[in-house]
Amino acid sequence: MKKILGISAFYHDAAACITVDGKLIAAAQEERFTRIKHDPSFPTNAIKFCLSEANLTIDQLDAVIFYDKPLLTFERLLQTYYAFAPKGLISFLKSIPIWLGEKLFLKKRIYDGLKEINVYNKRELKLLFSEHHLSHAASAFFASRFEKAAILTVDGVGEWSTATISVGEGNAIRPLKEMHFPHSVGLLYSSFTYFLGFKVNSGEYKLMGLAPFGNQKSKQTKEFIKTIETELIDIKDDGSIWMNQKYFKYATGLRMVKDSKWQKLFGFPRRQAEDEILEQHYNLASAIQTVTEKIMLKLVAETKRITKTDNLCLAGGVALNCVANGKIVKEASFKNIYIQPAAGDAGGAVGAAWAAHFMYFNENREQLETNDLMQGTYLGPEFTKGEIQEMNKEVKAKYQYFDSFQDLSNSIALKIEEGSVIGWFQGKMEFGPRALGNRSIIGNPADTTIQKKINLQIKYRESFRPFAPSVLEKDVSKYFDLEAPSPYMLLVAKVKEQHLIKNHQPENKSSMWDQLYHIRSHFQAITHVDDSARIQTVNKKTNPRYWELLSSVKKVTGHGMLVNTSFNVRGEPIVCTPFDAYRCFMSTEMDYLVIENFVYSKTEQPHHLDKEQWRIGFKKD
Amino acid sequence: MEVIKDLWGFMKERKKYWLAPIIIILLVMAILIVFGGSTALGPFIYSLF
Repeated sequence: MKKILGISAFYHDAAACITVDGKLIAAAQEERFTRIKHDPSFPTNAIKFCLSEANLTIDQLDAVIFYDKPLLTFERLLQTYYAFAPKGLISFLKSIPIWLGEKLFLKKRIYDGLKEINVYNKRELKLLFSEHHLSHAASAFFASRFEKAAILTVDGVGEWSTATISVGEGNAIRPLKEMHFPHSVGLLYSSFTYFLGFKVNSGEYKLMGLAPFGNQKSKQTKEFIKTIETELIDIKDDGSIWMNQKYFKYATGLRMVKDSKWQKLFGFPRRQAEDEILEQHYNLASAIQTVTEKIMLKLVAETKRITKTDNLCLAGGVALNCVANGKIVKEASFKNIYIQPAAGDAGGAVGAAWAAHFMYFNENREQLETNDLMQGTYLGPEFTKGEIQEMNKEVKAKYQYFDSFQDLSNSIALKIEEGSVIGWFQGKMEFGPRALGNRSIIGNPADTTIQKKINLQIKYRESFRPFAPSVLEKDVSKYFDLEAPSPYMLLVAKVKEQHLIKNHQPENKSSMWDQLYHIRSHFQAITHVDDSARIQTVNKKTNPRYWELLSSVKKVTGHGMLVNTSFNVRGEPIVCTPFDAYRCFMSTEMDYLVIENFVYSKTEQPHHLDKEQWRIGFKKD
Repeated sequence: MEVIKDLWGFMKERKKYWLAPIIIILLVMAILIVFGGSTALGPFIYSLF
């Protein structure tokens, strides 16, 4: 029975996981413990949690595996600087000391980090390194129930690779084709994220959410697409791209693109973070989204051509582009598609652990009885009644305790119907970027005011992105053009015609906010301006409590659907502990908080009007 | 020592011996950075850069 600790760290989204005999026992991101979003530091807290969950010490582990090969990355850096010299000298002088001081001595840092957790015998510890894209590929393929599948990984960059096609069979993964740095779909998308004023490595979701505001038929959008495809990149038939480095700076500079050249190309300067979003911005977002989808569909077609299998696994940061995923599911020729829910670097820890288990130790893969090995991503910490009561005492919280969970969900369903916003905290914390009903803020999607309320009074932002719906799995096709389950909120599909309000196009199409708040659907809060929604389907087996709540909501409102957004404020990692949840609840306009069987009403809490005392300043994302 | 062994093994595996000179220079710099905090080596570093 092999026990393996997987680690990802030092770039962004540090995380750890433990597998025992191939079963994922626990996984968590470091940011949830340190409360620093995308925390890249050595995941001490996450490892401690995983070890305690598996009831293991470091000495009992068969291997510790890191998700990336730092020396290969170092080689890429040196070769890139050499190729571009003398350009990139400033970036070289800034990055090399970091490498020399920290990253080159990564083995030592891992050994030292582990020493802080437990005393262990270094000589006995097997420390392994997996290639970055192999970690991604393994995270998707070994999680899936496919005996054989094609695997496509696409992200910014990992060592040299930016996209890979491989084939997984049994307990092996065979690489077939790679695209190399500096040509990268992920970095192309991030370049536009940067130019449109969002943060690279976290604002890509915003760019994706902005795209539907663009007018695909407008001359400007068409011009943008043409410019991207002729000046910036060359898309080859196999889906690989060649990026014209004349316009990009990421290879050797400290920025993504050459701002002045892009300004000339697109006719407007780089948008600053807090600047107003104008038509040109969302038309450009729409253009790059269209181009990205085109590239992804070509990559998928190439994957099909060279693997000739019916199953496809997707991973890597670009696999989090659920709009592109929706198109892949709809248009591509694969019968079955599995997307790793923690497709970004955090999930690399899980993939690395499985690569060690199945490939290094040559362990057999067994036929799965469940849909996948990810257990709904509910792999993080959970808290006992005693621990919650301790917190209640500490903060002097007033609460109502329900012995029956059914009574609780019936009572909360009524509050949801009335338009209340609920902080919903149950069971194990989710692993990966999405809140899937265990650390979520929920509300009634049919309430036309809920989107504004959650955005302005709870999240403290004016977001142009609608919220995602959680819907009972059996009802998904009643509301959306989607037949397949989407348990991880990774697919986008259109809201069904009968739930849309006819002739709903606003008169003034140029204002983004006019478009956003114009009533277009019976489920306004979850319907994007292009009538699409980012769907999470919920079934009884994976999340019985959330399913129960949705069923109660259906009895009251007639629809088994909820608005689901992550339980946090702007810039804050998703809440982890009951105290994080209570603090977030008290610092916002949330009406009720539910932690397991405890229900807290805002108006009954001591000093509930004094939100400032609970507020923590998080860095805006 | 382990990092030197790893780097050598890496160059051998990847057949990138041409990277050796720059890696050696960078390693010397790394050692200076690591020990740069100590007073004995400080003046030496300042006079070099």
